[in-house]
Amino acid sequence: MIVRELELDLDAFEGPFDLLLTLVLKDELELREIDVAGIVLAFLERLSEREQLDLEACGEFLVLIAALLELKARGLFPEEAAELAELEPEAAAEELARRLAEYRRMKQAAGWLRERLETEGERYFRLGPAPLAPRLETPLAPQQPETLARVIRLLAVEPPQVSLAHMALRFPPVSQFLDRFRAVLRRRSRFDFDAEVRELSRVEQAVAFLALLDLRRSGEIVIDQAAPFAPIRVARAGEEFADRDERTASWTARSA
Amino acid sequence: MDRPLRLIAGNPLDQLARTIEALLVIASAPLSAQDLADAADDHPERVETALGLVGERYQEGRSGIVLEHVAGGWAFRASRDAAEACARLFERPAQRNLSQASLETLAIVAYLGPCSRPDIARIRGVSADSAVANLVERGLIAEAGRDEAAGAIRYRTTPLFERVFGLESLSQLPRLDDVGADTEQIRERLHAVAEQRTA
Repeated sequence: MIVRELELDLDAFEGPFDLLLTLVLKDELELREIDVAGIVLAFLERLSEREQLDLEACGEFLVLIAALLELKARGLFPEEAAELAELEPEAAAEELARRLAEYRRMKQAAGWLRERLETEGERYFRLGPAPLAPRLETPLAPQQPETLARVIRLLAVEPPQVSLAHMALRFPPVSQFLDRFRAVLRRRSRFDFDAEVRELSRVEQAVAFLALLDLRRSGEIVIDQAAPFAPIRVARAGEEFADRDERTASWTARSA
Repeated sequence: MDRPLRLIAGNPLDQLARTIEALLVIASAPLSAQDLADAADDHPERVETALGLVGERYQEGRSGIVLEHVAGGWAFRASRDAAEACARLFERPAQRNLSQASLETLAIVAYLGPCSRPDIARIRGVSADSAVANLVERGLIAEAGRDEAAGAIRYRTTPLFERVFGLESLSQLPRLDDVGADTEQIRERLHAVAEQRTA
């Protein structure tokens, strides 16, 4: 019988013992998860299948399993290693006995729970989300009715009427500005748009600008602007900005 | 000749009993007598008496619904003779399929809790991480603060645990038999080994 070929069927591992040892030594398998008792049981079962006791296999198995147990113990209780090592053999035996007894009691308790699950398995009940949250009570500190009344009266005051005047936008007709600009151009060959609309409201300025674009489209005027945001100069169509450079300089100076 | 209507004097607690039935039927977790009294706006003593009436009405063998005292409160469940039908309607609850490792971990938490994963590992001799995670996921145990010394999270069983196992409270867990004889035997054998090593 070759111990290393022992087939294992554990919760955390399935395969030959040899592979398990290799994986453990390579740190690819957590020894903490391995049920060593399961390995011993598997070995004993294989052993009982044979007529003769295979002493060589038993010896090899004992060495391997002892090493495995030691590795596992160290892995499970790293902080206790030193503490337990200092114990006298007698005290260590006492501690071990205590732990074994405790485990035995818990195994017994687990057995009771299993039986209970079987007998209580026929109990069906509603399993829902947590019950609705209880209604929270927020008790108020004792209040003076007069104080409360005063505060409520403050809240009850009619709020001031908010002016909505700015929302009523009145758009003057574009034609009004078309006529106006045409009239200006009849008097003068050119004018400064910004200066012309300075006194108007923002809405009127916007409509005036639309009128300007309209005149430009129909070819009645020529528009010129020296730089972005510089004053817009308007001239009758056909009137060249002959003195462009000088005028630009002067307008730029004016707008600065 | 008109006869006056004869009034049938019912039990004065009937109305309260009906209210309790209504409360229990909407609850998804057991309700204590105090919970019921608060909701019904009545006295706990009267609620206890009315619960007696409800219990008589809903007892095993008498109705498909059974009133039970479980997990520190009162709750309705299906009667046992309807279990097969219930099983056809619903899957077996996840809480009932537990491995040996989970049952041992659950036993340790139920008897010794609140306790931490290292405490459990010390007793079982294997890491408790996956068993604990599994039980938390099934709602049978829950976090209960931290270990003051080591800072490890401690766990305790939940009311759902008591409900699944049909326990009124944890005090219904049986006393564990004293395994004194076994312990004595183990101790003697270990002492013998210790003596050999020191010799």
